[in-house]
Order: sequence, then C-alpha cells, then structure tokens
Amino acid sequence: MRWGRFGAFLAIAVAIVGLTAGTALPLWKSIRLGLDLQGGFDLLYQIEPTKGHPLTPSGIQAALQAVEMRVNRIGTGSPVIELENGNQIRVELAGVFNHDEAKKIIGETAELEIYGKATQRKDGSWQPDPKTLLMTGDDLKSDAHWSTDPNTGENGVTVNFKDPQKWENITKAYLGKPIYIFLNGQLLNDPVVRDIMVNGSSFISGGDLTTPQACIELADALNAGALPYPLRLVSQTDVGPSLGAASLRATMWAGLAAVCLIFLFMFAVYRLAGLIADLALVAYAYLVLATFAAAQVVLTLPGLAALILGMGMAVDANIITYERMKEEMRNGKSLQSSVVAANRHALRTILDSNTTTFLAAAVMYWVGQGDIRGFAVALMFSILISLLTAVLLSRAMLLLLVRSGAVRRPWWLGGPKGAVSR
Amino acid sequence: MKVRFSIVQRRRWFFLLSGLITVAGFIVFLLSGFNLGTDFRSGSRVQMQLNQPVDVGRVEQMLRAGGFSVPQGAITAAGTRGDAVVIRFPTVLSQAQQDTLQRLEKQYFPRSQGADVRTVDPIVAKILSRKAVWAVALASLFIVVYIAIRFEYRFAVAAIVALLHDAFIVMSFFALFRLEVDTLFVTAVLTIVGYSVNDTIVIFDRIRENLKAEKPKTFEELEALVDRSLWQTMSRSINTVLTVLIAAVMLFLFGGASIHTFTLALIIGLVSGAYSSIFIASPLWVVWRGRALPRAATAAKTP
Repeated sequence: MRWGRFGAFLAIAVAIVGLTAGTALPLWKSIRLGLDLQGGFDLLYQIEPTKGHPLTPSGIQAALQAVEMRVNRIGTGSPVIELENGNQIRVELAGVFNHDEAKKIIGETAELEIYGKATQRKDGSWQPDPKTLLMTGDDLKSDAHWSTDPNTGENGVTVNFKDPQKWENITKAYLGKPIYIFLNGQLLNDPVVRDIMVNGSSFISGGDLTTPQACIELADALNAGALPYPLRLVSQTDVGPSLGAASLRATMWAGLAAVCLIFLFMFAVYRLAGLIADLALVAYAYLVLATFAAAQVVLTLPGLAALILGMGMAVDANIITYERMKEEMRNGKSLQSSVVAANRHALRTILDSNTTTFLAAAVMYWVGQGDIRGFAVALMFSILISLLTAVLLSRAMLLLLVRSGAVRRPWWLGGPKGAVSR
Repeated sequence: MKVRFSIVQRRRWFFLLSGLITVAGFIVFLLSGFNLGTDFRSGSRVQMQLNQPVDVGRVEQMLRAGGFSVPQGAITAAGTRGDAVVIRFPTVLSQAQQDTLQRLEKQYFPRSQGADVRTVDPIVAKILSRKAVWAVALASLFIVVYIAIRFEYRFAVAAIVALLHDAFIVMSFFALFRLEVDTLFVTAVLTIVGYSVNDTIVIFDRIRENLKAEKPKTFEELEALVDRSLWQTMSRSINTVLTVLIAAVMLFLFGGASIHTFTLALIIGLVSGAYSSIFIASPLWVVWRGRALPRAATAAKTP
C-alpha cells in the first residue's frame, strides 16, 4: 500500500466535495436565470421599412440603440436586447414590473412636430399643414424635463433646441401668431408666440400633460429620441414570476432525483470506480455552474434540461472506460494495466462520440434561435466540461487509486469476483 | 454479457419491425399531420398552472364569462399531475384580453400560479419552422462528413439511416398521439439525433478496432465479427441508455409542465436510439460491406 498515492486520491475527493459544498450555493445565486425560470417578458419586434426609407445597416443599428435607451428607462435588471434575422429586435425583460407600461415605452414613438399652420377637420381634430413644418423632435437636445409654468402653475415640459438661432428666427416670424405643437399626430397645444426666444428654450403644455407623471413620461420619450423605423410587435411571451419559480423548483428536484439515482446505479454496478464517476459528476456540476456564472450565460429551462442530460453523457464516458477495463481484466491483465489500457482505448471512442454530439449542438446554435440556442449553448458547455471531468479527472483518480495498492480485488472496480490479479 | 445470439443473422426481423413502424408512422403523417403548437402557427397559447386537477368544463365556463370563444379541443390538460391547462386561441389575444383572462383565472382558480402567454405572428412561425428543418438537415450533413472522415462512408450512411429512423419514430409518435409540437420538440429531435449517433459510433468504433486485428474473408466471418463487437459493447450500451433514461424519466415525472412533452420525446428517442444503433445500424453496415465478400456456403462446398 502506497500511502502517498492513496492520500493524493483522498485529497482530490475531499477537495471536490468540500469546494462544492462550500461555494456551490453563492455560485448558483450569481447565475443569470432566463425569464422562463424567474418570470418575465419576451418581445419580438419586426423593424418595418417605410416608403422612401428602406432598411439600412446603420438605420437598424440606430433602431437597436433607440430600443436599448427605451428599455433602460423601464429599469429592470439585466435586459437582453438582440438583433435577430437581420430585421427583428428581441427584448427580454426578467423580473417583476408593469408589462403594459413596458410594452408602451418600447414600441411607441414620441413624435413631436411643430407647425406654423393647421386646420380643424369636421370631427374637431386638427390637421397640420405639412408645408409649414417648423421643428421636429430631432431638433431637440436630450434634456427635456418636467417643469411648471411660474405664472399659472400649469404642468408642462421644458425643451431646449439644438440650434437656438433657428428657434429665435421662428419665434420672430411667428410673433403674435399661433404655432401648432403635435405629439404623435395629435394636436397638443397651439400657443401664441408672445416673445422672441433667444435662449433656444421652450415650454410645452396642454393636452394630456396635466399631471407631473405624464410630463415626465413625455420628457423621457423625447429624450430617448425617435425610432428611425416603426416597430411591429410580432411575438410575445409572458411568464408569471411564480410560474417561473415553480418550473425552476420542479426541474431542480427532478435533477436532484436523477443525480441520486445515477449515483446509486453507478455505485451498484461499478462500486469504487462508480464512486469515482460520481465524484467526477459532482465536479462536472460544479464546473458547469462556475462556467455559467463566469461567462454570464443565461440559464433557461431547456438549458437546465441540457445540463441534466449532459450528465448522462458524462457518465457514459466513464461507463465506456469501465466496461473496457472489465474486458481487459477478463482477458487476464493485471488491475493496473487494465486501467491503463482501458483509458487508452476508451479515449478515442469518447472523443469521436462527443465530437459528433458537439457538432449537432453547434449546428443548433448556428441555425436556431431563442430556446434552441439556449439548449445548444448548454449542451456544448456540458460536453466540453464532461470531457475534462469524466476523462481527465476520473482517469487520474482511478490511476491513483489503483497504483496506491489500496484496491487489490477487481470486484471493487466492478470486475468479476473471483479473478486473481496483482 | 453472457447471453449470446447472433443479432446480425436475425437482421431481417429487425429491418421488418422498423420498416413496419416507419410505414405506419408515414401513414399517420399523411392522414393527420402534426398537432402544431403556437410556435409554428399564429395565435395565442395560454398555459395556466392551476395546482388542481383540470376541470375542462370549468375552464370553458371561465372562457365564456370572459366572452372568449375557442374551437373544440383547444383546452388540454398538461403537466404530470394534470394540474396545468393549455388553452389555444386561434387569434392573437390583445393586452386587454390577456388582462381579462388573468383576472378570471384568479377568480375561478384561486390556487393558480399565473399564466404563461405566448403569441406568435405567422411570419415568425414560418421562419422558425424553416430554421428547424435546416437545423436537422445541416446537423445530419456535418455528422456524415465527420464520420466519413474518421471512419468510412458506409459507416456514415448506416449511422444516418439509424438517426433518421429515430427522429422519424419520435415524430410518428407525436403525430399519432396528437402531442403538441413546439420549438422544444425540435430541440428534442436534435438531441436525439446527437445521442443516436453518439451511441452508434461507440459500436462502430469497436467494429473498426476488431477489423484491424482480423480481416474477415467471408460474409459469415464478417457477421461473426460484428456480432462479437455488438456483444462486447452490449453492457455499455445498456448501462449508458439506462443512466440517460434515469435523467430523462426524472425530468418527465418531476420537471416543470413546460418541458413535459420535450422529455417525453427524449425518452422515446433514447430508447429508439439505443435500439437502432444495435439492431439497425450495424446489421445494415454488414449487408453493405459484405456484398463484396463470398458466402461461406459456396466456399465450404469446394474445398
């Protein structure tokens, strides 16, 4: 019995169990959960080209940026905003917040237009004269804010123009005459210009702008800028937070039950070698958590399923090795040379079979989207990590155990009971 | 494994069995097609975790109270314990309608945990289904190329036949039992494709290794070699599929309702994958590879 090697074997085993028991929980807490696991909102918008305004790469980028600014205004933690298929924007918002409000903020444009002339239609609504367009939201600085009229106490929004000179000229030309302020095509107010404005600042009020809340919303919308293209909501998924938590809990329990059963199965069939496989499995689960936390991968329900199934593949690598080992023992090889031979032969098989599954996962990631991608990423990670733990780690542990001389009977490694070997 | 019988010699039975299942599946397809989920069809899909056995009558009552009309069979129970309900609306629900529905849900099923609402535009669904088909086709192509490089093209073709067989069996099962097909189902089929090949390759790898040690001169010798390879890897095949099945069955029994059909597809595919690697892929390869070899019967008569 070589105590040094046996000690090293024990040290690895204790390190795996200790590290996992000690740090798995904080690690788990730092993993970003997908909205199917913590509840949330998934919106897919189609960027629609308009007449005379076809989609351009820079325009799409601008749309993406505008959506990002809008989403940031909602203020939920870590939103996901992605361009998909070249002309769709996916917005994923996790956590608890007002879904209607969020949808309104993202999709709606605050289009401010100031006209010099407008006529009233028969139904009472106002129709601007497009030829007299004076200013648009694009001319505004992004520092609009809510304020009250010092004289009347009326709520409104103070806006500043990028070009004070232009605004001065307009107020000069329209002195004593009304101008027409339209928001999203609706007449907001038609104030009469009373002074020549030299500082490029103006106060907008009227319409729905009666409460501070409404004024702040409009100011925010103006600051976020106009969307370069209209967005059409084409798909939405809405998961209640408690439903997400229930799915997470259910899947975690299922995973735990699966782990326990696999542990028992491996121990029953391969005994000490099975125990090594179980330890390698613990290391696999721990490394997967660490990788997900470090790479900031969002863990979704299909992803979780892929990880639990990846466990099966990690175990497969051990089974291939152990079955080979048993065969070598039956052929009369010693314990130690059986282990060495099994490791050598099994490695190529494991690499070939894992490569093909990895290829399938890579194709899924490449072609798929949404759920399919989440699954593929988890599968690819789990294959790579299982190669580390189920091949490198468990191989080293098995060799240490056998070379330490602590195990003499092949039975302890799942071999036949009677076989004699040194 | 001690029990030994020639698998390869009984290949006609296995080919016949798989052929029958495949033909039956094909007929089901032609007759009824898939029960497509909202991922592939426009409309809204609402899943409610009621936490009590689903009473379809009461759900219908709730829908009527909200002024919704759904076609026959649009309400189905889901989840292992049948405590979740899936309602499929042929039209896209507006936000106001969704709010009404959630209010009614709380009113009619006080123990419910809230709804999961999915809405998909037909254009998105079309892109998604096209991507699904592409994914399967491309994955198969890459696998063929990889095996053809690492092994030989006959192994590659036999492995692809086996994996298509598995994918087809799962699809037939879903078509036959009218189970909902969504994007997760596509993920399941792709996983099955991966596993099936994984399983087949371990056996092919052993055949390749045994071929290096001896060169079979007759068809019978080749048959015997492949049989030996199959039995040498039998314990591994069984133990591996058992461990993966443990994981899949646990997910099926205790996992969330949203991955219920996903895991069911996996379970069927895993069993089919283990079966096809042993009983279809290898015998198929023997038939093809052995065509050039003389039969022992003729060799034995002329010594």
